Amino acid sequence: MTSDPSRASSSPRPRRPTLFGLIGSDLTEPPPPVEEAIVRDLCLRVEEGARYRLGRSLALRLVDAGSCNGCELELHALQNPFYDLERFGLRFVASPRHADVLLVSGTVTRNMREALERTYHAIPDPKWVVAVGDCAVTGGLFSESYACVGPARAVVPVDLTIPGCPPRPQALLAGLLALLESMGKARRA
Amino acid sequence: MPNSSPRGLPDASQDSDASPPGTRPSLPELLRRGDPAERHRPWPRATVDASLWLTASEVLAAGGSSLLALWGEPSGVQLSFHDAATGEAGVMSLSCPEGRFPSVGGRHPPALRLERAIHDLFGLTAEESPDSRPWLDHGAWEIRFPLGKASPSSGPTAYPFLPAQGEELHQVPVGPVHAGIIEPGHFRFTAAGETVVRLEERLGYVHRGVEGLLRGAEVEHAAQLAARISGDTTAAYSSAFAQAVEAAADVEAPPLAHWLRALCVEIERVANHLGDIGAICNDAAFARMHAFCAIFREKMLRAADGCFGHRLMMDQIVPGGIRTVPSGEALRRLRGISEEIAGSLPEILHVYETTPSLQDRVVGTGVLPRALASQYACGGVVGRASGRLFDARCHLAYPPYASLRFSVPVREEGDVDARISIRLREIEQSLGLIQQISDGLPEGPASRPLRQERVVPGEGVALVEGFRGDIFAWVRLDERARVERCHFRDPSWFQWPLLEAAIHGNIIADFPLCNKSFNCSYSGHDL
Ligand code: SF4
Repeated sequence: MTSDPSRASSSPRPRRPTLFGLIGSDLTEPPPPVEEAIVRDLCLRVEEGARYRLGRSLALRLVDAGSCNGCELELHALQNPFYDLERFGLRFVASPRHADVLLVSGTVTRNMREALERTYHAIPDPKWVVAVGDCAVTGGLFSESYACVGPARAVVPVDLTIPGCPPRPQALLAGLLALLESMGKARRA
Repeated sequence: MPNSSPRGLPDASQDSDASPPGTRPSLPELLRRGDPAERHRPWPRATVDASLWLTASEVLAAGGSSLLALWGEPSGVQLSFHDAATGEAGVMSLSCPEGRFPSVGGRHPPALRLERAIHDLFGLTAEESPDSRPWLDHGAWEIRFPLGKASPSSGPTAYPFLPAQGEELHQVPVGPVHAGIIEPGHFRFTAAGETVVRLEERLGYVHRGVEGLLRGAEVEHAAQLAARISGDTTAAYSSAFAQAVEAAADVEAPPLAHWLRALCVEIERVANHLGDIGAICNDAAFARMHAFCAIFREKMLRAADGCFGHRLMMDQIVPGGIRTVPSGEALRRLRGISEEIAGSLPEILHVYETTPSLQDRVVGTGVLPRALASQYACGGVVGRASGRLFDARCHLAYPPYASLRFSVPVREEGDVDARISIRLREIEQSLGLIQQISDGLPEGPASRPLRQERVVPGEGVALVEGFRGDIFAWVRLDERARVERCHFRDPSWFQWPLLEAAIHGNIIADFPLCNKSFNCSYSGHDL
């Protein structure tokens, strides 16, 4: 119950001649002085919380470096209404220049090595690399071939691996969300 | 100037008309004049001499029969055909002690890229080929001719794209890395203003050397490799490999295995066609259809997961049979989803046909002429949308399809619209097949183990209708039932060149639409 007379008068209900009316409005005392340090600390925590909850976002760029296209199918599935990747602030972008994260699928073929390197270098810092699927994580069944270099880490530095052949959409989502969380933690640390 | 595009075709077919029509023997007749190979199943194989080989390429160029595959061996080349008149198929071998063979591509352009690949992998030269540029070998491998007489590579060289001359022409290079979740490949557009006057593809970026890895592999390991040639069509590839191995080993998988394989392949077809229809519409900026189809696709994959424990059903189909028999409950769920999708197809069709902005983009866009589709023996949706009625499920009637009811849709227009509507009709047919299969599963074992020791070496061949078209598989097993040699030909080999023809005269902005409506495989092609 409020004792604020303005609130009471703006109410459509008739004013009640009760105890509250008799006491009047001089009861609320001025607030005690607040320490600047506490306010600053509180602001910081609110801002961090908001950034953590609302402001996180990563732009993803995929390079198929020698995949069978199975991993691409499941990355596609992340965008369907069941998984709806974008609600987490995760978004596939067309240009590496707009990306924060490079996803690599497939055992890196010799014919794709240069394109992968160039895409990696085109992404501005800070950037992260995620190896998607067994081929990119370990080289899969193809590492020994004359036509392949090996797993993604043989060509670019890898920050996170998501194994599976192909990884299920839930596993992909879990991996990408873990990347987001770890960034939030790193920022707060 | 070398020209691998279908537009080089008219001169080639004039050459081949040199001998009077009617006197030319058919390909099966030519095959019977060769030296037959023992234990090649189910079609015959024969070794022919260079003159029979040449005649065969003339017969192919004259039309009426299809080139199914053309591939290298360390000591020679092999060609597989299907004769439309008699329905017979076969394999011709030509040994190449000098490292060269008469070019088929010089007379029959669909063979050109296959011959370039043969040269890159085996070092065998197609004599008098009008296009001797490398194809899969970009100069990045450490060796040349990895499957033949290997020698150190001399490193990358600039790739000579076909020239285009004319005023105000400009080039737009695209790829190998594309904007989106797509496989890599390079497209070189030459345009006059907005209009494409030439598209030239350069592929091979995802060449993983699968055939090299298959040499000497145990059948089980080889089956895993086959399942990963093109992930979107893993069930059909596994099925083709399993059938070829069973033919080579002269064993028959049990009936239940055949039925469940067909179940996998039809689920795969429905899931991929749904994905493609949505994606094509999305490329015409109609996102609603994309979301709608993606939901059904996801439901189908979940049903597949319930049946076989893997969303794409990878590694389920193996030589000898199938690994998992779905539970009754899982099959009921699959049936339920199939009915739900079948019930929604009329609405999908209605929305598709009554959205003017969508129709405006797809009707009359990217027309593939019927003559090219039949010349290239272009399989799948792309061929059937351009009047080529071929479906390995009917024309080769491998089990269990002879016992099932379905029809094969065909359209004449050859545009993006025709390719979408063929897909819609095929979804309908495949859903019917899924119902029939799940209702009629035969009793008995799901697999029959293959002999591992003291087997008689043999060769087997199979042609399986995947969602993209007919997949060709050929295998030779050694005396310990290991894979001595194995070759796969993805349907995309005969579709990629036609995309170059279909985009001609369209605007560059319509390329994604045309490309998606073909939906060729990069990994299956590059192998
Ligand atoms: S991990 Fe499996 S699905 Fe992914 S690219 Fe490799 S083989 Fe294909």
